[in-house]
Amino acid sequence: MILYLSALLFSLYGFWLLLSGFWHDSLLLGLGGVSVLLVAVLAARIERRDPEHHYLSLLVQLGAYWFWLLRKILVANRDVVLAIWRPQRYPISPTEIRLASSQRTPTGRTIFANSITLTPGTVAMEVDDEGIVVHALQTQAAQDLARGEMDRRVSRLERSAK
Amino acid sequence: MIILEILSWLLLLFGAFLGISGAVGILRFPDFYTRIHAAGVTDTLCAGAILCGLMLQAGLSLVSVKLAFILLFLWFTSPTASHALASAARHAGLKPHLAPSREDSPSTP
Amino acid sequence: MIFAATAIAILVVMGLALIRAFVGPTVYDRVLAMNMFGTKTVLFIAVFGFLSGRPDFMDIALVYALINFVGVIAVLKYAQRVGAGECAEDG
Repeated sequence: MILYLSALLFSLYGFWLLLSGFWHDSLLLGLGGVSVLLVAVLAARIERRDPEHHYLSLLVQLGAYWFWLLRKILVANRDVVLAIWRPQRYPISPTEIRLASSQRTPTGRTIFANSITLTPGTVAMEVDDEGIVVHALQTQAAQDLARGEMDRRVSRLERSAK
Repeated sequence: MIILEILSWLLLLFGAFLGISGAVGILRFPDFYTRIHAAGVTDTLCAGAILCGLMLQAGLSLVSVKLAFILLFLWFTSPTASHALASAARHAGLKPHLAPSREDSPSTP
Repeated sequence: MIFAATAIAILVVMGLALIRAFVGPTVYDRVLAMNMFGTKTVLFIAVFGFLSGRPDFMDIALVYALINFVGVIAVLKYAQRVGAGECAEDG
């Protein structure tokens, strides 16, 4: 809890500094500190469960994962743009499939579902404990997801956060 | 410096092209669920290309950091919004038009 | 120059999104178009800040990105409560 609160305070104050751009006026810095404290107290009241996440080790792994995801996004964008401009040669074939997801924590499942939705051409429509219902613009995109590489990568990411 | 300038121009033009592609897609695709994908193009790569192009123009400054944060927020919030839309439509009983011959397509692995 | 071109392209995109928002046919199409309009507004504000040489526009863009997200979620919540069934059939 202490770690969570201090991380929250630190990042909120950093964000406040970024937005304001005032580094010298001590009155404004103090007012910023007061508002950050208020927000942190409110956030701690909202967070009911014990927020025991290990964000720092996650952040390191997240960089590598984002790089991989960025390549996926580039390829997926090309597919969708081709389907938009050349519908005869690259026809759409809307597909709905159910994926099994091997993540255990809500955070891991959220990362997986958000990654699916962030890549154009696939949208997570329904997320529950067993899996994710995905709508895909093209059948190939759905088959690509069904191969499960993204699922494995997110699970590895999730394990590294423990 | 001229290389950075040209790179930034290319990124901005690429982003503009992607934005127009997505807008054409949102008008052209047949049903709501397929239109989400077209909107996804403009939310991810179009925004990324335009903001990266602006970042190259701004150089290393507070403005660049702010642009990076805008991009980060967009990439965090847009899938959440898309998912909320899709699941709301699904719960309301809006049926997607699916490709007719997906069961007997020969290309299943 | 390049900023003006990009800004015009973004305006065109916003116009096309507005067409989809007017045409519908379901309320979800409209919300989708509205969401797209909002993210393009964020980009437009950022580009316009460069166009007019006022980098403080970035703050507005940053805050608008957050407000747009909250707005879309709020509208969806409302649509859910009002009775999603009739919204989906809305012509």
